[in-house]
Amino acid sequence: MKMELIQPFINAGDAVLSETLQCSTQIGDVNMDEEVYRRKGMAALITIQGDIEGRVILDLDTKTAAAVATALMGSPVAETDPAVQETIFELSNLIIGNAVTTLNDQGFRFKIHPPELHTAEQGIHSSEDTEALVMCLDTPSGSVYMNIAMRYNRRRKTERAAVVGS
Amino acid sequence: MEQFAVLIRSKDRQPIRYLVVDDSVFARKNVTKMIEAFGGKVAGEAGDGLTAITEYDRAQPDIVLMDITMPQMEGIEAAERIIRQHSDARVIMVSSVGYQENIVAALQKGAKHFVQKPVKAEVLYEVIKYVMGEDAVAVEGAAAGDSK
Repeated sequence: MKMELIQPFINAGDAVLSETLQCSTQIGDVNMDEEVYRRKGMAALITIQGDIEGRVILDLDTKTAAAVATALMGSPVAETDPAVQETIFELSNLIIGNAVTTLNDQGFRFKIHPPELHTAEQGIHSSEDTEALVMCLDTPSGSVYMNIAMRYNRRRKTERAAVVGS
Repeated sequence: MEQFAVLIRSKDRQPIRYLVVDDSVFARKNVTKMIEAFGGKVAGEAGDGLTAITEYDRAQPDIVLMDITMPQMEGIEAAERIIRQHSDARVIMVSSVGYQENIVAALQKGAKHFVQKPVKAEVLYEVIKYVMGEDAVAVEGAAAGDSK
């Protein structure tokens, strides 16, 4: 398991949620089996390109999404309010941005794309070169799921191996 | 939120005026709450770099709080253009992507400081005080709104 790629996302998710929601969070289930993953409700997808490629989906059921938006906005937000999507997108930006900062400090270079609404029912399956992991962060507002699928860019990986070997 | 001594402009003792630039409405609201807690006033808002340039010309703020990753024009380019036209502009970059290259690029273009998201009010307050320097004064014991 390429935990060095995934750990920064887990740490960032934990840190950002506890900071923004002003609460303690708990890392719940971590699962590598994509077969069990189904989209929960409001899901934001962020694509990453560069030395590491892949995508992260931040996924919350509609009730939790509204509760998180309410907590962050400081006033009641209905499940159907567009502010829910806006808040979840910004939350995913914060988590990915912080994770990417850690990975960048480790020497990886890449670009992150703005969040998109993820409408597919399932995530990406793990494969030989792509680690796909679903994890759950429990907060007082409800559970926040992160579906992370990452792989090293093949060309960059070869270049890095050549540098290490020289 | 923590209580802060109100920060006002030294020259006329009026509230510091801010331009808040971020494509996220939530992020703008969040920063606005902090600005109000510091006794400041939001003079303008923009959701992208291009709008930020025109808003700067209109609002003539004391401080610009600028996100980096935005549609149409990113924050670093917008900061560079604003500073090129207004050499006295004080731009603080505010982004979740806080790696060295981004920070150095922003500072090289003339930004005064960098604050990583999620923004902590006490960090932003100190950065604003530092960037304003002698052009701002903290009024101890004054609540936000007293100076307006």
